[in-house]
Amino acid sequence: MKAVSDLLTASGQIDARRSFDVKKIRQDFPILNRQVHGQPLVYLDNAATSQKPQVVIETLNTYYMAENANIHRGVHFLSEQATRRYEETRAKVRHFLNAAADREIIFTRSVTEAINLVAHSYGRKYLQTGDEIIISAMEHHSNIVPWQILCEEKGAVLRVVPINDAGEFLINAYEKLLNRKTKFVAVTHVSNALGSITPIRQIIEMAHRYEIPVLVDGAQAVPHFQVDVQELDCDFYGFSGHKLYGPTGIGILYGKAHLLESMPPYQGGGDMIRSVTFEKTIYAPLPHKFEAGTPHIAGGIGLGAAIDYLEAIGMDAINQYEQGLLAYGMEVVAAIPGVRIYGTAHEKAGVISFALEGVHPHDIGTILDQEGIAIRTGHHCCQPLMDRFGVPAMARASLAFYNTQEEIDALVAGIQKVKEVFG
Amino acid sequence: MSDLRELYQDLIIDHSKRPRNFRALEGADRQLDGYNPLCGDKVTVYVDLEDDRVKDISFQGSGCAISTASASVMTESLKGKTLAEAEALFVIFHDLVTGKPPGSGKTPELGKLAVFSGVSEFPARVKCATLAWHTLHAILQGAGETVSTE
Repeated sequence: MKAVSDLLTASGQIDARRSFDVKKIRQDFPILNRQVHGQPLVYLDNAATSQKPQVVIETLNTYYMAENANIHRGVHFLSEQATRRYEETRAKVRHFLNAAADREIIFTRSVTEAINLVAHSYGRKYLQTGDEIIISAMEHHSNIVPWQILCEEKGAVLRVVPINDAGEFLINAYEKLLNRKTKFVAVTHVSNALGSITPIRQIIEMAHRYEIPVLVDGAQAVPHFQVDVQELDCDFYGFSGHKLYGPTGIGILYGKAHLLESMPPYQGGGDMIRSVTFEKTIYAPLPHKFEAGTPHIAGGIGLGAAIDYLEAIGMDAINQYEQGLLAYGMEVVAAIPGVRIYGTAHEKAGVISFALEGVHPHDIGTILDQEGIAIRTGHHCCQPLMDRFGVPAMARASLAFYNTQEEIDALVAGIQKVKEVFG
Repeated sequence: MSDLRELYQDLIIDHSKRPRNFRALEGADRQLDGYNPLCGDKVTVYVDLEDDRVKDISFQGSGCAISTASASVMTESLKGKTLAEAEALFVIFHDLVTGKPPGSGKTPELGKLAVFSGVSEFPARVKCATLAWHTLHAILQGAGETVSTE
């Protein structure tokens, strides 16, 4: 936390433009000091998972060293303290997303579980044979498969909004797909494979004309820019803690209270009940109705620490820095002869996906790894999207605000080395 | 770079760029698809038999340099071999790329297959090198469905 606190001015405010000092930021992330294969680590796989600042690691450590207790059930000191800190995170997330109330924030394992919760609970209650669900061509498998399972069970139909060659959501095609049979829309905010930012405000506004609820997969959005769920007017919004510099195993579902209240529980168990007899169980009110069993308490508290850390830097400062880095990266990677960039949307965040003529992405990944450079290669859990571009796999460098121009230059040098090996 | 050169030996680069026996065998006695869901690599192996010998063998598919070169060298190594010899080669190739010491029994010569010894230093790439071999192994075992590395 030192480096961030150094950024604070006398008034406690951060002057983002002048004081974003990536060298100081990097000191907050212990792993960035390590070497891989004898080379300094160049971590460009942030869309898969982000690294953790010291303050998050210390929060987890302190929790297990000195604060561990179960929540929502003990009268003893530690249990009350753990409960308070866990619930404080809910308030932090509410503030982070600008939700209207804490009870609209549901803790899950991940965005995957958040989407499954909505498909299972909302979908099973409200969808019927012949109804239609709209997704986009660039969804992660986690925003495809839960809807396919629901469609199979209900006899509903999945409709897919196409994208153009730049990887942009085609709003006109979407408008044509919307009709009286459409009962749900589930779309990503930022594509994990291409980085495209979808016109989510417009998508939601159009769906609401038909009174169709919209779920937004925000896994790749919240790490990069400020999200305001009330301003978007989305009905559901999900993200994962581990892509937001927090621990794995903790995720968030935001839902509008009136929708969450109308939905049946997702899982049954402890913590989600008000009273249980063998004849009848009365469920707990929101948010606990959707939080059966002992949750990932340390993960929740760790996520709270990550959000505090990010807010001290400022999401606008982070976005501004990353956009500069992305523009630089897109330019220098695209300039390498033989490289083809996938995903050239006008609005994008955090991702440079590419192919190198005559070299499979896996071979690129192995050679870069020997240089200490971590990127993702493969289908990125987006097989339908790979089919759309007619490739089995892509290489993806994904950025965080601790990455530097020098690291982008190392990536470029690494790609040159790939070309040498393959002559 | 030395480790990399161990992996990407000239012969591997050559076979990945110009795979041998890269074609469908019309009316092959046996054919089978292999698939690595982790990376999307796909291969189809075709085998024509004469008595218990591999009379002809070929492959098609898409994959990385390691998987393409491995399939290519495999087809070259197996042409004319008996089914028992092919099975024995599968076992020693598997041991080679997973870094296991070679078995003590009488084994056929590795020949060109030896260039894949560097794969054992790259655990993430073992599945690439063995995809075509696992598919062949399944053919020899008489399997009828797509082979998956998972």
